[in-house]
Amino acid sequence: MTGVQPRVGATTPPADEPRPTGRAAELGLLVFAAVLVTGALIIVELNQSRTISWDLASYGGGYLAALAVAHLLIRRFAPYADPLLLPLVALLNGLGLVMIYRLDLAAQVSAANRGEDPPTSQTSLQLVWTGLALVLFLLVLVIIRDHTVLQSYAYTLAFAGLVFLAIPAVLPARYSQVNGAQIWIKVPGLFSIQPAEFAKIALIVFAAAFLTAKRTVLSTAGKKVFGLVLPRLRDLGPLVVALVVALAVLVRGNDLGTTLLLFGTMLTMIYLATGRVSWLIIGLLGFVGGALLAYQLFSHVRVRVNIWLHPFDDPLGSGYQLVQSLFGMGTGGIFGTGLGAGRPDIVPYASTDFITAALGEELGLVGLTAILLCYLILVSRGLRTALLVKDGFGSLLAGGLAFSLALQVFVIVGGVTRLIPLTGLTTPFLSYGGSSLLANYVILALLVRISDSARRPEIRPVRVAAPITEAATEMVPVVGRASAPATSPRGRDGEADR
Amino acid sequence: MRRPLRRVGGAVIVLIVALLLNITWIQVVKSDDYRTDPNNRRTLVAEYSRQRGQITASGGVVLARSDPVDDQYRYQRVYPEGPVYAGLTGYYSMRYGPTGLERTENDVLSGESADLFAGQLSDLITGRDPRGGNVELTIVPAIQQAAYTALTEKGYTGAVVALRPDTGEVLAMVSTPSYDPNPLAGHSDAEQRAAYNALVAPPDPDAPSPLLNRAVANVYPPGSTFKLIVAAAALQRGDTVDTPVTGAPTITLPGTGGATLSNYMGENCAEGDGSQVTLTQALAHSCNTAFAEVAMSLGADAVKEEAGGFGIGDGSTTDEGDGELGLDVVPSRIGQIPDIAALAQTGIGQRDVAVTPLAMAEVVATIANHGERMAPHLIARTTKPDLSVISETEPTSLGQTVPVDVADSVRDMMVQSEKETPGSGGIADLVIASKTGTAEHGSDPKNTAPHCWYVAFAPADNAPIAVAVMVENGGNGDLAATGAKVAGPIGRAVIAAALSGGL
Repeated sequence: MTGVQPRVGATTPPADEPRPTGRAAELGLLVFAAVLVTGALIIVELNQSRTISWDLASYGGGYLAALAVAHLLIRRFAPYADPLLLPLVALLNGLGLVMIYRLDLAAQVSAANRGEDPPTSQTSLQLVWTGLALVLFLLVLVIIRDHTVLQSYAYTLAFAGLVFLAIPAVLPARYSQVNGAQIWIKVPGLFSIQPAEFAKIALIVFAAAFLTAKRTVLSTAGKKVFGLVLPRLRDLGPLVVALVVALAVLVRGNDLGTTLLLFGTMLTMIYLATGRVSWLIIGLLGFVGGALLAYQLFSHVRVRVNIWLHPFDDPLGSGYQLVQSLFGMGTGGIFGTGLGAGRPDIVPYASTDFITAALGEELGLVGLTAILLCYLILVSRGLRTALLVKDGFGSLLAGGLAFSLALQVFVIVGGVTRLIPLTGLTTPFLSYGGSSLLANYVILALLVRISDSARRPEIRPVRVAAPITEAATEMVPVVGRASAPATSPRGRDGEADR
Repeated sequence: MRRPLRRVGGAVIVLIVALLLNITWIQVVKSDDYRTDPNNRRTLVAEYSRQRGQITASGGVVLARSDPVDDQYRYQRVYPEGPVYAGLTGYYSMRYGPTGLERTENDVLSGESADLFAGQLSDLITGRDPRGGNVELTIVPAIQQAAYTALTEKGYTGAVVALRPDTGEVLAMVSTPSYDPNPLAGHSDAEQRAAYNALVAPPDPDAPSPLLNRAVANVYPPGSTFKLIVAAAALQRGDTVDTPVTGAPTITLPGTGGATLSNYMGENCAEGDGSQVTLTQALAHSCNTAFAEVAMSLGADAVKEEAGGFGIGDGSTTDEGDGELGLDVVPSRIGQIPDIAALAQTGIGQRDVAVTPLAMAEVVATIANHGERMAPHLIARTTKPDLSVISETEPTSLGQTVPVDVADSVRDMMVQSEKETPGSGGIADLVIASKTGTAEHGSDPKNTAPHCWYVAFAPADNAPIAVAVMVENGGNGDLAATGAKVAGPIGRAVIAAALSGGL
């Protein structure tokens, strides 16, 4: 006797399948990221022959719990956001925390060897900053429900950003200078912030809004020279002014890295907005001129370039940091020494500028490649968001933010691996540093917000069958006379403008 | 906006791929170069955390070992005999690198030697950390200790080298003042720094450096001990032990406008009013004028050739034969001998002659070995962690430097010389063959205490030990110091220790 078969879907009409939001995938990936980070932490402890306790699991659990809170709030405030963004950042941030913790252990050992007191732990500070960054991330999501609102604050943001950026330049050195770079606002005994990290975001938002408003003018006007359509400078007035002020302040503060980053990002955004290669060429010419000028004017630029060209001329002096960075990565080889089993602490500033060298030493080529691919995926999801989002401002903002992340990774990782001259920048989400972490989480929040808007399903009007009495009359084509379609068919995904 | 976005996406991929290619270059292609670069401290740390092999003297006395400890380096290098062997072992310091045998035998001790590779594979499979191999020396602890005690109890700065003439084994090699290598191998950076700075920058800037191995790494004028070589050359020319030579207290050096060369204290070497002595008497009384004249009559080339046979070159070629010692040796040299006056001074071991105590020990060991010169070596064998032998040093002949009868004649003259040598430490019924030397040096030689030498072997027939003793600056700055008074007792004490130890 067989059971009664339930009748399926016999009476209920098939429901319209909702498009998956990806929230489940995001949760799964977050758990995966937390497991990876906890595993990394356990490996560090084992390799440093420390006792393995349940505390480690609670660290991992705590990290996951914080991420889960973020995840739940994304579900509530940005339900359609790209599910890859937060897990990728969670993984990078977690690996950064593990490496900073590992460098703390090394610093304690060497302090004990020198008979000094152990230095202040960077890990606990970075944990605090991570918590604050997550809070800031959520605040941005909660406050900015619609990214297009930012357009109306464009000039305010630009002005505030420039003022904020200029504060270190007018502060006395002891409140603003660290290692020769006058780019800090130091509150003695409490904390230091790097305004450039935040000013960068404000300027990107301003540029996106400004360029969106001026797009048509910028794309059309101009004289032709050698087949290049020359843009009119006055159309770019406010943006150029803002950029010149910002770069002047940064160069004065010896912040070469941010100068390069801001210039490259702005140039790319102008290109995105106009589609004009002529802008790129003008920008690159300007960059070459500026670089040559900087080389002539500033001795520290010459020193950097010389170290880049000949690091092994003075391996224990000026070239020490770069040479030790290369040695570390070379010693790590393909598979790395293992987390906690190398000597990444030999490289000065291993937890800030040189954290990728430290990771390359202990995780090897394989690990460093994985980390760089994480960045590539993160940036490509950002660019994909820019492609998908319907409004021009959102697209430009997402594109600018995503590219700024990519350029930042290139400039600093290229610097520590001697691909390009070294300029001081943090590695997004990995490096120790509060300002960098907070600012990058703001960028993440903006990307999440725009991607939510991009992936939100369109609300299609429900078609109700009209009663026959109110049916409209219809045109019927006359047989034998072909009618051309009124519009050219546009393929999906913009095939028309390929 | 779409096309620019795609292009920017392409540009981002290009940037990341450039980074990936670059790190592949660093971590795959250049990896080995970077790993083995001398400026890369990481490899040193990895070596440090390994169980390094032992250095032992003959009879299994441990001179250097690695004890397991509970810190990041896991093994602490320990030198149980400390300063007595410091000149040989050197130290294994993280901060200052390895020196001495710790450096020259690093391949074996650290386990990097290809000979140890088979054992390492099994270590790899069984998951054990690779262990280093051991180095066993030819040094006899009783002789080494006797030499160290004899030099240090008087506070002398100097060196003693003892060789076994028929094999070239180094029985003792001491340099004083010495130092304790243990703190330099400490795991605390501060401890290493403090120990090192105390050695290189002592409170008294004129204090002799403890880090210098005076037995092999410094050269001194040999003074009258060099007369052994001139005597051997004369005998090879056809002279005999009884050939008459001048006994005059002073001779005038030709071509110098009247510069003179005198015997010690301006004495007449000959008995009574005689003007001539035999070659044997000249050596026994260490007559400078006699050997200056003998050297002048031999000619520069003959003297150079004779010295070269004993391993003392003229600086034109690098000295061979010491390459197998196990430590770096500064070449001994006779100098260019530009003119006849220089030749006369060279004949009495002054002018440009500069030798290591090791080279002087080789000279007397060669005479003791009937003219056959054996390559001196410190390392008896190297063994794997399981004590199976990797390599064993075989005695190597460097050729018959002088014919047997010449060597034996020089030996007989040295026996006479010992009888004429004052000083304590003689042993009843033991016939010692020796020669002393009191060498002037410095910019004001008449007011600088001389370096004191004593080279000897005993018993005279088929001696199992030959020794060279060198004491800097008369031991304690005494202008009247002589080799017989200062260095002689030390040499005899070393010989006594060796022979009573059943060598």
